[in-house]
Parts: sequence; C-alpha cells; structure tokens
Amino acid sequence: MQDFLQHMINGLSLGSIYALIALGYTMVYGILQMINFAHSDVYMIGAFAAFYTARILGIENSPGFSTLIILLISSMVACSLLGLAIERFAYRPLRKAPKLNILITAIGVSLLLEYSSQILFGADPKVFPEIMQDSVLAEFGLVQLKISDITVLGVSVVAMLALNYIIQKTKIGKAMRAVSVNARVASMLGVNVNTVISMTFVVGSSLAGIGSVLVGMKYPKIDPLMGMMIGLKAFVAAVLGGIGNIMGAVLGGLLMGLSEEYVVAYFSSTYRDALAFGILILVLIFRPSGLLGKSSVEKV
Amino acid sequence: MKFLKQPALLAIGMICIGLILNFGTNAYIQLTSLFVLVNCLMAMSLNLVNGYTGQFSLGHAGFMALGAYFSAYASMHWPLFSGPLAILNFVLTTLGSGLLAAFAGYVVGLPSLRLKGDYLAIVTLGFGEIIRVSLLNMDFVGGARGLSGIPSIPNLDLGFMVIEHYMVSFLFSTFWFVTCFFVIWRIMHSSHGRGFLSVREDEIAAEAMGIDTTKTKVRAFVLSSFFAGVAGALFCHATNYISPSSFNFQKSVDAIIMVVLGGMGSMSGSICAAIFITLLPEILRSLKEYTGGIDFRMVIYSLSLILVMLLRPQGLFGQTEITDLWKKYVKRSN
Amino acid sequence: MSNAQTNSSNIILEAKNLTMQFGGLKAVDQFSFSIEKGQLAGLIGPNGAGKTTAFNMLTGVYMPTSGEVILNGEILNGKKPFQISHKGLTRTFQNIRLFKDLTVLENVLIAGHQHVSYGLLDTFLQNDRFEVEELKLRNKALEILALFGLADKAFENSCSLPYGEQRKLEIVRALMTDPKVILLDEPAAGMNHSETHKLMDLIAQIRKDFKLTVLLIEHDMKLVMGICEKIFVLDHGVKIEEGNAHHIQNSKKVIEAYLGVDEVH
Repeated sequence: MQDFLQHMINGLSLGSIYALIALGYTMVYGILQMINFAHSDVYMIGAFAAFYTARILGIENSPGFSTLIILLISSMVACSLLGLAIERFAYRPLRKAPKLNILITAIGVSLLLEYSSQILFGADPKVFPEIMQDSVLAEFGLVQLKISDITVLGVSVVAMLALNYIIQKTKIGKAMRAVSVNARVASMLGVNVNTVISMTFVVGSSLAGIGSVLVGMKYPKIDPLMGMMIGLKAFVAAVLGGIGNIMGAVLGGLLMGLSEEYVVAYFSSTYRDALAFGILILVLIFRPSGLLGKSSVEKV
Repeated sequence: MKFLKQPALLAIGMICIGLILNFGTNAYIQLTSLFVLVNCLMAMSLNLVNGYTGQFSLGHAGFMALGAYFSAYASMHWPLFSGPLAILNFVLTTLGSGLLAAFAGYVVGLPSLRLKGDYLAIVTLGFGEIIRVSLLNMDFVGGARGLSGIPSIPNLDLGFMVIEHYMVSFLFSTFWFVTCFFVIWRIMHSSHGRGFLSVREDEIAAEAMGIDTTKTKVRAFVLSSFFAGVAGALFCHATNYISPSSFNFQKSVDAIIMVVLGGMGSMSGSICAAIFITLLPEILRSLKEYTGGIDFRMVIYSLSLILVMLLRPQGLFGQTEITDLWKKYVKRSN
Repeated sequence: MSNAQTNSSNIILEAKNLTMQFGGLKAVDQFSFSIEKGQLAGLIGPNGAGKTTAFNMLTGVYMPTSGEVILNGEILNGKKPFQISHKGLTRTFQNIRLFKDLTVLENVLIAGHQHVSYGLLDTFLQNDRFEVEELKLRNKALEILALFGLADKAFENSCSLPYGEQRKLEIVRALMTDPKVILLDEPAAGMNHSETHKLMDLIAQIRKDFKLTVLLIEHDMKLVMGICEKIFVLDHGVKIEEGNAHHIQNSKKVIEAYLGVDEVH
C-alpha cells in the first residue's frame, strides 16, 4: 500500500509534466487542427535556454527559489520566441495548404531543431543545474514527499491555473476560444486570427518551457533528442484526453504519468516506451475522440 | 511472355551497370550500390502508400526491420540448402521476409487505416516504435546488441564459371528492384491503381462510386509492407549486421524524405530521390573536412524538407514520370 | 394524396420513417417516400430543409438515427456507401466532389472499377483479360462522355473544366457505375437558364436510354414542375407534401413554406 502511494506521488508529478507539454499540442490542434510536431523540440530548446542562462549568470550551483524563477522565465521566453518564429515562418505560409504538407513541414522543423542543436550544443548529454536541493520534505512510513515532487506539482498547478485564467477571463483567451470554434466567423466578427494563433503558440510554448525546467530538475540530464520521447508521450496524453480539449490534456497527462509509473513499478521497465503507443493505438481504435473529446461528423 | 519484355530490358540495363560496378570499382562503392537499391525499394513502396493512396505512414522502418530480422535469423538458423544451391536459402528467406512484413502490414493496417492524416501518421509511427522496442527485448535475436555474422549472399558456381558474391547480390537486388517497379507501375496503370488514386483524391466520392476504400487502403499498405520487408532482407545480407537502432524513426523519416523530395505519386521521382539521398552522405563526407567533422547531412535534409513544402509542395517531379517528359518531347518534335 | 394507390411491386426505392438526428437537431424527421421504376422524381424544399441529409442517408454516408431505406425490396441500412453503389444506387454531389488531380477520363473510369473482374496478378502479367477489359471500360467511358459532349476533353484535368461541365462530369461518373437509381443533388446549380434546360432534356434522355430511375434535388421550382412526375417537399426535415406538379403548385403548405423563405429575402 505504501509502495502504491509512493508510486502515485511519482506518477502525479511525472503526469503533471506530461500535462504541461500536452497542453501545447492540444491548444495548437484546437486552433489549427494540426499536430505541431516541433513542439517537443521547442521544449528541448527550453531546457538548453535554462541551462545556458544558469551558466551565464553563474547560478548553476546555487539552488533556491530565485534560481527556479529565473530559469523558468528564461526558458519560457526562449520557447515563446521560438514558437512564434516557427509559426510565422514555417506554418503560416502553409495555412491553406493540404494537411499533409503541413504535417511534413512540421516534421521538417522538428528534425531541423534536433540536428542543428546537436551541432550547436553537441550531442552529448549535459548536466542540468541544480534548482532545488532535493531533500525529503516529509515522510509517512515509507512514503517520501520530496521537494522536487512538491515543486513540480506546485509549479504545474500554478501554471495551469494561470492558463485557465487566460483562457476564461482575458480578451485574448476569449478570442482563442472563438477561433477554435470557427475561425472564419471569428475573423468576420473582428478577431485578428493571426494574432490569436501567434498568442496560442506563445502560451503553448511557454508551458513547454516550464515543463522542460521541471524535467531538468527531476532528471538532470539534457540532450538535443530529449524532446522526442517525452513529446510523443505528451501527444499521446493529449489524444487520450481528447485533442483540442484543455481539460482533456490535463487528465490525459496525469493518466499517462500514473500508468507509466505503475507499469514500470509492477511489470517491466523495458516496455515503458511502448506503453504510450499501446495506449494511443487503443484509444484511436476504440475512442478516437478521446476521453473528453466530442466526435464530429464530416460534412458532405 | 510479352509481359517480360520491358522488365527484361530494364534488367539488362541494370546488369550492365552491375558489371561496371563489379569490375570498375572498389568494395565500398559496391556496397553503396546495394544500399541504393534497398533504398529505392523503400521509396517506391512507401510512395505507393504516401504518394498514390494519400495515406501517411511514418512507420515504414518497422516493416523493414521485420524483414531484416526474419531473413537474418532464418538464413543463420535454418539452412535448407547447402553447397551450390545455397542461394536458394536467400530466395526463400527474402520471400518469407516480404510475406511476414506484409502480414504485419495487414494486422497494422486494418484497424489503423480508418484514421486520417495526422492520426494515421502517429499510429504508424507508434507501430514502428513498438516493433523496434519489441526487437530490443527479444534475446534470441540479440536484443540491443543486434545480430552479427549474418551471411552474405554466396558466390554462385555455375560449373563453367563462378559469379562473385557482389555480383550475385547485385543481381538478386536488381531482380527485386525490377519486380517492385513493374508490380507497382502496372498496378498504377490499371483500374486497381485508379482505385488507389481515388482514395487519395476524395474518399467520400470514391465510396459513392463503388470503391471499397478500406480494402483499397489495406491492399496498398500490405503491398507496400511486402516490399519494405524485402528491402530489409536485402539490407541485412548486404551489411551482415543489424540492430534495432538500424531501424529507428530516422529510417522511416529517410524514406519519407525520399518520397516527398521526389514528388508524392511519381515513381521516377522516388527512385531519383532515393539515389540522391543515399549518395548525399558520401558526397558530404568530403565537406566534413571543412566543417571540422560536423555532420550537416540531417540539417540539410530537414531544411530541404521544409523548403520543398514551402516552395514546391508537389516535390521535384510532382506526379510526372520521366516517361511523360519523353512523350512530351516526342509530341513537340512531331 | 393523388397517387397513393400504386402497384407496390413496381416500387424500386423506398424510405420508411427516415430520421437523422444531429445532437438535439432533427435534420430529417420521419421521412417516408417511394419511387417507382423509371420514374423521374424531385425532392424540393427551402434551404436547410434536410434534402442533402436525406441523400446522405439513402447512400449510406450517414447512418440514419432510425428508419429504413429499401432498394428493390432489400434493406440497405448498415451497408457501406460502396456496397450501396454496387447495389445500383448512386449519386452526385451538391458541392462537386470530383477527383481533382485526375483527368476527366480517369474520373469516369474509377466509377467503372466495380465491374472490373481482373485481379492484381492480371495487371502484372498484362494478359488478354486485362487488356480486353481495360479497352471495354475505356470505350464505355468515352461513349458516355460523348453523350454529354465531354469526349474531346477526356484527357484534360478534371478541375480545369468550367463549372457547368464539372457538374455534367459528376453525372457521367455516376452513370458509369451502371446504376438503377441515380440521385442528383442540384445538378443545375450555377448554370444559366438555357444550360439548365439543355441539362434537363439530357437527364430525360438518359433516363430513357439507361432505363434509369431518377431522384433529383433542385432549387428551381419551375424546372422541377416541368419535368418531374412525382415531387416530395421537405421543410425543416419534415415532408409536408407529395404528389404531381399540379398538386404541389396548389398546395397551401408548400406555398407557405416557400413564401416564408421569400419574405426573408
């Protein structure tokens, strides 16, 4: 039982990271109906941005709350700018092109980021700066509550609440929702669709930036291909929850994290990566619209 | 036997190239030429699904992996023939590779081809990865260490002369290349091929006109997987060593790049792109000296993928074939 | 209703209480009708009345929420669109769905695929069976194209045709499936007056030549009145009237339904 609880804590903290990245996929999909393949690499760049910021400021070895904030901000800024640039230069010219072309472009952008990073940063893993001293905060029997897990959960919850506020209460958030329902009508009603799409990329990418710092804190090794697997899992989380659905992404992320943790704990760790695809395939075959998604009818 | 006329002509042309390679070049170039043929098979077969049928598969390497592992394992453990007939083992294992991959294509295709576009891409990627991860966990094929010591295709002793093993490998690969080319080419110039195209163009209209779109898609997928499996078998006997990482996502992407660059729906385009993509790293090898050992290959690939989509989304060849250009030329000169 | 007493053995296409519900909206509600062999029937109604939805249910694109579609005494519910096409019920599309990147001839040939009996192996062997059938298919396609004056454009890209000809090509393509019943969804949309009349003459002609039963959706009331022997009127998904042209023209309900629309304009 205590084992079970411990895994639940680990699973939730891993899942909330998946959820943060899944939100980026789902938001872009909600508005553009495209899978932003490059999202996972935006996340990777976020980790490197934080890494180099820490190195330049010389705060690699000074863990603490201020370090966390500084690295989060630097990573978010870097990711937003990158997301903006990708949307502007790669996706926007193709907005009316067939979906297949956009998909191929997205794959191209993803590969470009991965391989140019290998050249820029080197292919070897780098050690991420220590952000929080990882000690056990509280102990209940054999169940440990670590600072890193608490930080991950805390930051994720704050980020998600902020996202919720943006989407529900602010003007740009309302415009986002309008565009995702019907872009044409929204533009007729005076919504600047391009601005909304750009903002969606900014918000989604910053969430990925937050995710990258949290991952760096939990698993302090970063390399140019680090986004691939976690990106795929986050994407699966988004599909599981119902792609295009914000709550779905959060739910899917948490479920992914928990199931992965339990599979590794009770079955075998070698199939950890195949699990995500197994879930994905089952979801798409039996409930393609995901847990919270609505199915749509194609108009003839 | 008139159906053999064009294939025979192509085969004779290829054999001439093979003879030049056999006597005029070194082992390194000869090995590269085998890779070119393997990649041509990969590109042509993927083009059938991605180009002609309009589905988007991102897991082609998975089927290649199945083929490679089957042929490697079978040729190492089940030698049915020995002595001068040993070549028959390779004929059988290669055919078996194709059939195994085709079966896998059927199992994968039936449920997942209901999905469209992005989703299909992700699911096929998932299947490709599942195949790779499973191989990683199978000890009897070496797990992560891979399989080494896979036999090459042997010398062929005809009694009066001995054909060297490179030439036999080349002939064998050429046989599959020509078969693959004409199978796909002729299907695409028949009613069945038009069925594939109709699925690409408009599934709802195709159904209304009586095309069983599910069956059509699965057929394309199975046929495509078959040749990917064959390509895998040829690959493993050319390299003598395979491991799960030989068939990672990168390999699938390579095949995609060939199809997209060449033009989705053009066989000549796929072939030209396959040749180009296989030879590019060799050309860039000399460039490496100036860049201090940094491999710009993938950066160039990915950039060209983006640029092709932005500037010439139909690919270099679009949907035209080399023969179409020839026809145009003949028409003009008349 | 004027012609309720028809010989039931002569009925080729029948719908019983066809209903389609999208969420809370009933697009088509309890729609029943029957068409006799060889009849030219019309389905009219104001915009959004559910005409195309009815077509989609008849051809299996949508699964009806309830009700039955019966072709030649056989229930079609649950069959896929391609199976329904094989049974001899085919259609055209209101918002033209040609195979855009293919030639005119290829568009038509694809519709003939269901009658092709050669297999994949025959294509590889390039045997007589393959060649004879291909030739037959091609000749048939060119024949029907010629009927609609499109034969000389057989090798042009279908999307390069002018709008009116694209609509005609849709009909040619549907004819190539050898249908017993053909559903035409606004075949004359976007055509001018004289083009429309020529097209209607042509439809009457092919009905005879191909021994077809035709059900067409049309906005132009006069036109439908001119050629259709039986007319069904849908409004808000409900059938409000059926009968011959004279009956429809004098129906109060129909006039109300249409006037209600006209007042908005």
